[in-house]
This record gives sequence, structure tokens and C-alpha cells, in this order.
Amino acid sequence: MLSFIAQRIVKGVIVLLAIIVLNFFLIRLAPGDPAVVMAGEAGASDQIFVQQLREKFGLDRPLPEQLFLYVKGILSFDLGFSFRQQMPVSTLILERLPATLLLTGTAFVISLVLGIFFGALAARWAGTWADTLITVLALIFYATPLFWVALMAILLFSVALDWLPSFGYETVGANYMGFAHILDVAAHLILPALTIGLFFMATYARMTRASMLEVKRLDFVKTARAKGLGDNLIQRRHVLRNALLPVVTLAGLQAGTLIGGAVLTETVFAWPGIGRLMYDALLQRDYNLLLGVFVVCSAMVLVFNLVTDLIYRLVDPRIEFAS
Amino acid sequence: MTSSPAVTIKDLKIALPDGGDRPYAVDGVSFDLTPGEIICVVGESGSGKSMCAHALMGLLPDRVKTEAGTILFEGHDLLGIDESAWHDVRGRRIAMVFQEPMTALNPLMRIGDQIAEVFEAHGLLTPKQRKQKAVDLAREIGLPDPERIVRAYPHQLSGGQRQRAMIAMALALEPTVLVADEPTTALDVTTQAQILKLIRDLQRNRNMAVLFITHDFGVVADIADRIVVLRHGKVVEQGTAQDVLARPQHSYTRALLAAVPSMQPPQRSSLTERDRAVDVIGLDKTYVTPQGWFRPDRKVQAAKEVSFAIHQGETLGLVGESGSGKSSVARLVMRLIEADRGTVRIGDVDLTQIEGKELRAQRRRIQMIFQDPFASLNPRRKIGNIISDGPIAHGVDRRAARRRAKELLEMVGLDPGAIERYPHEFSGGQRQRIGIARALALDPDIIVADEAVSALDVSVQAQVLKLLEDLKARLGLSMLFITHDLRVAAQICDRVAVMQKGEIVEMKPTTLLLANPEHPYTRELLAAVPGQRSPSQAA
Amino acid sequence: MKKVLRAMLRNPGGMIGLIILLIAVCIAVFGPMVFPNSPWRMAQRPFVPPFTLPTVPLGTDALGRDVLAGIIYGARVSLLVGLVSTLAALTVGVPLGAMAGYFGGRADDALMRFTEFFQTVPSFALAIVLVAVLQPSIYSIVAAIAIVSWPPVARLVRGEVLSLRTREYVQAAVVTGQSNTWIICREILPNALSPVIVLASLMVATAILLESSLSFLGLGDPNLISWGYMVGAGRTVIRQAWWITVFPGVAILLSVLALNLIGEGLNDALNPRLAKDGR
Repeated sequence: MLSFIAQRIVKGVIVLLAIIVLNFFLIRLAPGDPAVVMAGEAGASDQIFVQQLREKFGLDRPLPEQLFLYVKGILSFDLGFSFRQQMPVSTLILERLPATLLLTGTAFVISLVLGIFFGALAARWAGTWADTLITVLALIFYATPLFWVALMAILLFSVALDWLPSFGYETVGANYMGFAHILDVAAHLILPALTIGLFFMATYARMTRASMLEVKRLDFVKTARAKGLGDNLIQRRHVLRNALLPVVTLAGLQAGTLIGGAVLTETVFAWPGIGRLMYDALLQRDYNLLLGVFVVCSAMVLVFNLVTDLIYRLVDPRIEFAS
Repeated sequence: MTSSPAVTIKDLKIALPDGGDRPYAVDGVSFDLTPGEIICVVGESGSGKSMCAHALMGLLPDRVKTEAGTILFEGHDLLGIDESAWHDVRGRRIAMVFQEPMTALNPLMRIGDQIAEVFEAHGLLTPKQRKQKAVDLAREIGLPDPERIVRAYPHQLSGGQRQRAMIAMALALEPTVLVADEPTTALDVTTQAQILKLIRDLQRNRNMAVLFITHDFGVVADIADRIVVLRHGKVVEQGTAQDVLARPQHSYTRALLAAVPSMQPPQRSSLTERDRAVDVIGLDKTYVTPQGWFRPDRKVQAAKEVSFAIHQGETLGLVGESGSGKSSVARLVMRLIEADRGTVRIGDVDLTQIEGKELRAQRRRIQMIFQDPFASLNPRRKIGNIISDGPIAHGVDRRAARRRAKELLEMVGLDPGAIERYPHEFSGGQRQRIGIARALALDPDIIVADEAVSALDVSVQAQVLKLLEDLKARLGLSMLFITHDLRVAAQICDRVAVMQKGEIVEMKPTTLLLANPEHPYTRELLAAVPGQRSPSQAA
Repeated sequence: MKKVLRAMLRNPGGMIGLIILLIAVCIAVFGPMVFPNSPWRMAQRPFVPPFTLPTVPLGTDALGRDVLAGIIYGARVSLLVGLVSTLAALTVGVPLGAMAGYFGGRADDALMRFTEFFQTVPSFALAIVLVAVLQPSIYSIVAAIAIVSWPPVARLVRGEVLSLRTREYVQAAVVTGQSNTWIICREILPNALSPVIVLASLMVATAILLESSLSFLGLGDPNLISWGYMVGAGRTVIRQAWWITVFPGVAILLSVLALNLIGEGLNDALNPRLAKDGR
């Protein structure tokens, strides 16, 4: 198993390097002088800053050398400097990362648990009104744009009903401590987490339902019945466990989409995470920051993929630790 | 054999949902199951035999309903009991073994746990006792290293071992009745022989009533005490094994028995004096599966120094069990896969040395008939195109090719108007004939038949074999005939080569091989063929 | 073909999807003829609520622009972007996937590395970066969406071709001496197309979602009005004028839903569960 992990890490590093190289070329794709592009809209006016960048990245030197300098910089965690925010990009990102992890983590868990629950329910009662209801709702949520759900959630729960706060991470200026603080954050977390979660809940519910109906028809379920096992035991031990395998695989592939969802949700809810950071960078045409966030997002996906792949191999005994 | 029946099935009628090919899957079937007796229900595909078995367990598919009849068991009509009563009966009083052991076992549960589950289902024993019982049963059933094997997952066991595990599950609670639905059909012939012996022994020791579903008359001849012959859901004939096999009353039974290829090969003259149609020398093929960077690759040797020659007008049989490499050899000879070493010489051309356009041009000299009639014809192309595509690719004029296609269809016994139809409009046997027509369209020097009749019902199989025999005589065909069925090989091959683990262990004229096998594996293989020891036509 | 249409007609979801899509297409094509005025024009005073004035049935936004006109003109953008980017992704993905699946070896390895790369990079983030760097315009949006969408197509086609390559009728074509081009075009691809068609309809849906998300974030083409842009523009005034965000969002929802329903309907029609093959 260790050799498998080592292998995957090496592969992951290679992909990351590829992304960094991609970043490098993307900057040069933008119209104009790369140094000006990197300085961003705000920094472009400051000639000293632009000159510093030109020297640091050796923009008058041949291309391969530039590439080498760039990659070296990133690997030493120097993701550049954001002129607008007047801080190193890596600092900015590290500040905001925990908030995003909290948001996406919560959304992921809620959507997985509830999605599987409703999907299993729909499969169990297949053909009844409950099944139709769940299926239709899942279809609708799957088709709804995330940013719109966010806005509708705000409209409903904040504006109309005034149950939940509509932006931020905590109530500004309140300075809660300890448990009260946790409750406050939780209250702010609910709407954004549910917004992201709704889409994935629909995905997992549909997948679970389809998978369970499929597994129910397989031979070993017949064997279980032939042994005289009761329905509940069959559902739990034989149907559910096998039906969940494709769902777990699917969940493992969602990291990229989760992050995309985070960008939109954090923007609408003003949640202080790296998704919001990306949006700010976009507004300000701060390319250093933008690309820095991009690299970090990709790294997050890599780690997530490795973990879920490991889990999958542990859960399914048929897959060995070969490549 | 005179004890009262354990199960009495009377006038059973099982209706199929609308749109099926007939209204009843099972139409008025009656027979008894007696303790200490094995009753075989035989029939071809679609005869309803499997439905009978499932009805006995209350496991009919949702859309299929019993319409009439009774199944009497221990004083109750099983067709009238509710689901909770069924929970008690299943596994405990009546148990079932299925055909495909790989799919019939939960891939995510250990074997021991699945066996122990039977006790759990009926609320018996403590968890620790169940685990112990699982080990005991594994030992009794002949699984190697029982302590360890109960911790294994299904995919880690061989086909025979999985089937033994299924039997262990079925017998755990000592049921009165065992229902076996084609339990050995998916197994190699040597494994089949072992499992059949196991079932016979267990049945005798526990005095069970066994309902054994099969389509193989050889198996029937070996183990049946009584026989029920089904056709289109109706009982066509019923009686003791002796009676039905030696003195069949109904014409259908007689036809079925006649269709089973005999182990006595017909007299054939030696053709080894003639020129060689194809010369295969020293074929080697090893499949390599990479296992990552830190582990050695997994290597499987499918062919090892395989050499043989087929003379003009001769049929060479290549026999072996699964994993013997016979299919790989077929594909190597056709150059569907690349050999590591070796030559395949057809006439004056070495097929292994040419590439590209020249290879495509020379391919017409060796053609193939495939195994699966439902996968060997492109569902989106008309029959006429399927047959004439080959010749057209080799430069034959389109109209001439179509004319030839019609001629070929007639030659294989089909209506020439078929060229306008699609594959799904034909039955399995008819599709195989189309496959033969396609192979003949290019006028090849040699034909490779890869298990060409293995997927067909026995009566259809007999027809197709007869067709091949006719064509062979008419056209002077040379054939390489791959099969796992020694009876078929006995009837159609001039010489037979036996393969084991990638090597040819023995190659002789058919009569000689069957009468005097020399290699121990050949002896084992021949001894395992079911139905040789009983007083019937199937011997 | 006829069989597929008939099966679709029997499927209620598929029917609803088709109807909605047809309406959307009609609106996109004929709408601007019925509403010749530019949606950027100020039609009335700002913040007219919906269902009050018959000339602006869905109300007006912060600058007095007609919401209904915006939705009608926005339909063009969304549907066009969805269609063109999907076609582009298919044009790239299908041949690459087919060749990788059929020839295997180095071509296959290269393709797998490529798709792995795209699977690691979060696709929406990549789209944002691409459009930002190339400067927002309808061309950069279509290009970004196409670039992000082609890997799943290639993987799907590769998988199908790989499994079909070992199918006996394909081997029969090899054995009878057909050329590789023939085999791929006549034997393999026609039988591989069903899942691709299903995927294509789902891809158009995803493309519409992507385009509206990009426009929402301000990365839309500044000269074209789009549903996402309208929702984004109405965000700051959501408390006073809910209709500016609600109606365009509903339009997006319905279009995407319609395409998903069509995709599911096609899936059921093209892959019947109970094969009627006499087995």
C-alpha cells in the first residue's frame, strides 16, 4: 500500500508541475507585456513595482530560463505578490483557506449523507409517490444554477423570513467567544453549505437510487433471499453496501466541482474563503492572485483525489493496490 | 425409493407477462420429489425448467405469476403461504444452488461470513458458533485450508471452489430438499465431475430430495434417478432414468437424445499424406500485467511452443478447459493478437511476417467462425452487407458479391431473401449459419471455428455440426476446431490436440486418442466427460 | 431513428423536456423579431415591478431596462454558446477518444495523461482563468467551455471503443481484411454513438450553466446581454427588486432542466434495459 501512495504522490507532483507550467503560459497569453499583466490593474500604474517584477521573473531573459525561475518560485511557496492587497499571495491564501475548507467540507458531508439517504429511500419505495417526488426534486435541484439558488436562499431565509444571516462568516463586531462563537459561525454556515449541498445531494440521490435498483436485480441478492434472510438485512448488508461503491467513486470525482461551487457561493454570501478571493482577484484584474489561487485549488483537488482513491481501494476488496 | 414424496408439484401453471413469446412459462407441469432421489429436469433454453426451480423457492421474478396448480410440501401448499412463512422455508427446509457462482456470491463479503449468514437468517447459534460451523462446513465440502479460506473473498476463489461454497451454504441447515439450477454448466468438465460427485455423495448421506436442472444429457445419464423432460413449458416425458434414456417414448425425447454427440468417433481415413493447408510452428505468447513500479509484473503463459499442421480437407480439434490457451492459439493463428515468437504458414505465405496492406490481402486465406451468435454480427448492418463486405474489400465487384452472398445463404440452409434483413430477426442457430456463410465468402484455405457450437442448444448444435460436416465434404474445407466439449470433437475432428496450460500435451487421430489416451491429463479429461457409464444412447 | 423518436414520445420526462426546449428555441429565433428593440435600451423608469405595466410585463431593472426583452435576447446567447461549445468539444473529443481507444499504445497513454490533468484542475476555476486571461468575449467563453468540456467526451468514447474493439463482429471485420478506417467508421462508431448522444445533451446543459455562471461573475461578453449577467446585475438590489434575479434564473433553470430531461429520455430510449435478444 505504501508503494501505491508513493506512486500516486509522484504522479500528483507531475500533474502539479504541469499546472504550474500552464499558469506560466497563460500569463503570456494575455494581451500585453507579461510584467504589466502580472502587476495587475492596480499595480500596473506603479512603474517601480513593474520593474521589480521584470527583474524577479527575468522577463528579458530567454523563455526556458523564465520558466525555470517561475517554477522554482512557486515550489518554494512564493506565489507572487498582490499589489492591490499589498500582501504576498501565499499569505492571503493561507488566511482564507480554512474558511473554504469548512464550507466545502460541511457541504460535502451533508450532501453525501442526505443524498444517499434520500436516494435509498426512493429506491426502497420505487414507483410510489414518494419516489416520484424525490426524483423530480432531484432533477430540479440538479438543473438549478448554484448562484441563483444562493440568491433565492437569501431572498427566502434572510429577506422574507429573516431567520438566517445573509453574508459573512460571523456577526461583525459582536466578538462572540467559545460556544457562542461556534453557534454564530454555524448560523452563517447553514445557507452557503446548503446551497452547495443541494446540487450534490441531487446528484448522489439519483446515483444511489439508480445503483440500488441495479444491484437489487443481481444474482447474489437472489442467493440472499434463498438463504431465508429478511428484507431489512438484505437491503442493508447486500444491496446498500454494493450499491454505494459507484456513489463513492462519484463522490471522489467531485472535488473540482465543489471548488467551482465554492467560488460562486462564497461570492454571493461574502464568505471569506479562497473562492471569494478568486472573485476579488477577478474584479481587480489581479492576475498573480488569480493564478495563485488556481494552483492552490488544483493542489487541493489532487490531495482529495488521492484520499478518496485510497478509501475506494480499502472498501472494495476486488481492487488491489496496483496502478 | 418407495418413501412418500417430499414435494408434490401438481398442474403448475406459471404465466409470463404480456409480450413474451408464449403465455405460459410453465404449463401444467406435475412431478414429485422423493427423499433419497435425484430427479433431473431436462430441456433446452426456454423450456421453463428454471422457472420450476424458482417457483419451488418462491423466487419467481416480480412480473411472473403462478396462475394455477399446487406445490405440496410438508402438508402445506407453498403457493399459498405468505412471505414470512417463506423466510422460514428458504434455506432451512428447501435450499437452492445457482448456476453462476461468481455472480451468485456477494463480492464484498467474505466466504465464511456468507456461509455463517444462513444460520443468522434463521436466528440460530451465537456469532462465534456460526463462524465455527462455517469452517466445519468448508471442510466437509472439500475446500482446501478451511481456516484460511473462510476469510477469502469470492474473487479469490476458483469457479469450482465458489460452487462448493454455494453448496455449503445450501446444506448448512440440513434441508430436506435441494434445488440445483444448472450448478455445473459454468464449470470446466473436470471440475464438473468433482462437483457432481460431491452432490451425489451429500445427497446420499443426508437422504435429501434433489431437483437438478440441466440441459446436458451426459450429466443426466450420470446422476439422475428419475427424469422429467420439458419442452415449451410442458412435460413431454417422465420416468426412471433407465426407462427414459434407454427406451424414450416421445419423439422429442428421442430427437434430443439423438442430437447428443456420441463419444464414439466415426471411422475416418488418415489425411496426413496430403499437402499442408496451414503450418503452425513454435507459437509463444505470454500476457504481462504490470503491477505498479515496485512489484514484479504478473505473467501468464497462454501459449508455449505450440506447433501443429493441418492438412488439406482435415479438421484438427484443439481441446482444453478454460485457461488452457486454446482461444489464445486461435487468435494467434488468425493474427488477431501478436505472438511473441513463432510462425504461421499458409501455403507459401508466412502470416506472421507481413504487415499492412499485404497482411489485409492475405487474410482472406484464413477465416473465422465465432462463438457468440449474438455478438458476432454487427446489429446495425444487413445480412447481405455483412457477408459481402469481405469480398468487396478484396476487390470483388459489388453485384457479384451480392450474388455470391445469396448463393452462400442457400448453401448454409437459409433463405437468400435474408440479405435484406437484420441480425436481430434471426435465431441463435441461424446467426451461426450466417457466420459460416461470412467465413466462406472469401473462399479461404482454412477456417478456424472458435467454440462455434458451444453457445447453441443441443438440437441446434447437431444441425450446425451436420452443416459443417456437409460443407467439409462438399468444399474440401480444412478446419481448426476449438472446443471444450470432447463429444463434439469426437464427432467432427479427424485429429485432436489436447491443450493444458498453454502446451499441447497430446495430439493424435481421434479414434486413437479416445481409445488409448497416453498423457495423464488426457486420461483425466476423458474420464470426466459425463454420461459414459450408463446404459443409454449417450454413452 | 424512428424507433428512438417513438420511445422518446412515450417517456413523459423526455416529452416535457422537448417541449420546453422547443419553446426556448422559438423564443431565441423569433423573439427578437417580435421585440425589435434592444434590451439595453431604457424602456421605462427603473424598478417597475412585474405584472403591473403591460409594456414591461416582467418589470424593469435598476436602469429601467425591460426584463422580458433581456430574457428573450439572453436566450440566444445561452443556447448559442451551449450548442457551439458542445459541438466544438465533440469535434475534438470524439476523434481523439476513438483513436486512443482503437490504437492503444502511446496515443492512448498520452490521452489518458491529458484527461487526468483536466480532471485534477477544477474546471470552473480553469474556465474563469481562461476567460480572464483571454479577455471576456463570446469567443473566449465558447473556447473556455469547449476546452473544459472535451476530456469527458474523449474518455467516454475511448471507453466505448475499447469495449467494442473486442466485440466479435469487430474482430470479424479485422479477419475479413477491412482497413482500420472502415472498422472505426462503419463497425465501431455507429455502435458507440448512443452514450455520446446522451452525453451531448447533458453537455449543452452544463455549458449553459457554465456560461451563466461566468456571466454572473462579470466575465460575460460586455456587448451581449445574458441571463447570468442579469442575475448578477440584480444581486445588489435583491431586497428592493427581487424580479430582476428571479426571472432570468427561472429561464436558466428551465432550459437546463429541459436538456437534462431530454438526455434522460434519450438514455432510456437508446439503452433499453430488458434486451429483447432471445437469450
